[in-house]
Amino acid sequence: MSDQKNADGRRPGGAAFFVAALLAALGCLLLWQGLSIPDKGGYAGIGSGDLPIFIAICLWLLAAAHVWKGMREGSHRLPRQEPLPVLFIVGGLAMQLILLKPLGFSIASGLLFACTAAAFGKRRIHISLPIGIGFALVVYGVFDRLLQLNLPAGVLENLIFGG
Amino acid sequence: MTTFDFLLQGLGTALDPMILLYALIGVTLGTAVGVLPGIGPALTVALLLPVTYGLDPAGSLIMFAGIYYGGMYGGSTTSILLNTPGESASIVTALEGNQMARAGRGGPALATAAIGSFVAGLLATLALAFLAPHIVKLALVFGPREYFALMVLAFVTVSAAFGDSTMKGLTSLFVGLALAVVGIDGLTGQARLSFGVPQLLDGIEVTTLAVAMFAVGEALFVAAQGAGGQEKVHAIKGSVAMTRADWARSWKPWLRGTAIGFPIGAMPAGGADIASFLSYGTEKRMTRHPEEFGHGAIEGVAGPEAANNAAAAGTLVPLLTLGLPTTATAAIMLAGFQQFGLQPGPLLFATAPQLVWGLIASLLIANFMLLVLNLPLIRLWVKLLTIPRPWLYAGILLFATLGTIGVNPSPVELSMLMVFGLMGYFMRLHGYPIAPVVVGLILGPMAEQQLRRALSISQGDWTTLVSTPLSAGLLLVALLALVVPAFLRWRGKGAVLAQIAGDED
Repeated sequence: MSDQKNADGRRPGGAAFFVAALLAALGCLLLWQGLSIPDKGGYAGIGSGDLPIFIAICLWLLAAAHVWKGMREGSHRLPRQEPLPVLFIVGGLAMQLILLKPLGFSIASGLLFACTAAAFGKRRIHISLPIGIGFALVVYGVFDRLLQLNLPAGVLENLIFGG
Repeated sequence: MTTFDFLLQGLGTALDPMILLYALIGVTLGTAVGVLPGIGPALTVALLLPVTYGLDPAGSLIMFAGIYYGGMYGGSTTSILLNTPGESASIVTALEGNQMARAGRGGPALATAAIGSFVAGLLATLALAFLAPHIVKLALVFGPREYFALMVLAFVTVSAAFGDSTMKGLTSLFVGLALAVVGIDGLTGQARLSFGVPQLLDGIEVTTLAVAMFAVGEALFVAAQGAGGQEKVHAIKGSVAMTRADWARSWKPWLRGTAIGFPIGAMPAGGADIASFLSYGTEKRMTRHPEEFGHGAIEGVAGPEAANNAAAAGTLVPLLTLGLPTTATAAIMLAGFQQFGLQPGPLLFATAPQLVWGLIASLLIANFMLLVLNLPLIRLWVKLLTIPRPWLYAGILLFATLGTIGVNPSPVELSMLMVFGLMGYFMRLHGYPIAPVVVGLILGPMAEQQLRRALSISQGDWTTLVSTPLSAGLLLVALLALVVPAFLRWRGKGAVLAQIAGDED
């Protein structure tokens, strides 16, 4: 839409530096955990803690490579990303996560369905939500009742499938 | 008993009506996901894993293999009619196939793809049957160090040998390996990186990671590109029958594609996408109609489609005989075996011959089913392409969460789904390959165990890793596979490698 969108993370090498920071942080985490394991390795000479340390070192090397590459090449211009659909989908997943226990599988998943459809342009919730809940109920019926997968039931499921 | 006897016995198992039904479900689902852009066989198997907990192991595994084969068939349909490959192994099919469809020759293009897939699938499955017992014998002399060397080779070929950047491939791999150390260490029982969260003690589920990266990541990525509108589907004009000339020009590429695809799949050298690219290159060089390439040369459809099916069968060789997955789909199938308490490898041929040979024989039958599904019924599948994208992806996400909720409806698991989904989106956006993460997660603990076993046996002497010609040779090949492509890219000759970037299957 506007040019402001190109600001975040598109500075020369910005993405590479960002990745490098993440890798280095992950490396620190692994190193910390690896070093805190008391195990000394026994016959093999390497124990539970040594692989995390090895991976940590490799991650740091990769982080260094990212920094080097970011300085040398800068980042490539990415195709413009729409933030709204991403928020819709992540929001849908979060809603499902929170509402799964209190409201049951069908309503929570119906919401996710509607949110995803909205992310892809179907913004009319009064159509997509009933479709989603209906679809989720069918899925619940098939997988919970026929295939014995244990899906959390809520008001709707108990009403229709009788607890 | 000879291979032939085993195979006949396997056919006995495979002709059981229930097993036939599983195979039929598998190939039908596989074709459907192959046709639909956005979901591939790796994702489908991952989605189905939790659903099959209560089902028959043999049937479920046959269904998974059917999905893999079916995905290879179905992918060509999307490539030819839509110019959007249904899965990564069909990218090259789109080059020539879509041109043929534009010229009104979509029918013969689909036919040569389906029949080529059939020929290749049949030959390659037979090759699998006759090769597997030999590899099993070879595998019996494998000790931990050879297995470790093989896994290192698999790590390198999956992550660094192809694609546009060694660094990005290795980054994906090490992220996968870092995720793999979460949970209880299989050798000592020591909990690692679990931070007191009980759900993390079991480690990160392969299915959760795969579903998050392939389904959620893909949906986020496609959605973030904005509403591009649906691409135009080229209707199949006329009959799907091939003319005499089509047959004459197709049969050699089919055989060459099989000959290229099967070894590529069978060696830890990458998956079906790489095979199809190599086959395309070969056909382009050997054709008598070079002027037609780029404008709809039938050889360019026949060869790669045969190659990707042959490679799919080839991938089963290391998976079944060594327990070594070399593609994302194979990695998830391995998780499927483990779910039923089965460890693929030489022992499986001794302990569960009925299952192994039943699986191989079922694949032969599945090929016939797929030929029927993909030639006379092709018009039905094309209808799938007209599903509007919002409903398609909404459905995919619902199923993606269904698997996770079914196994473990904990907020921790669902949060992981979300976080890994975002990670998958970010990785796709910046061109990091996804498959190495999945392969790293599943192979990482196995490689670590073999390494520590080998070192325990040698009492901590690291030279044991290169003390047999086999393990030293494998490690050398792995080193070459790491260094040579990096050198080529550095010299600016990486364009070819970037093209063969394997994404998913």
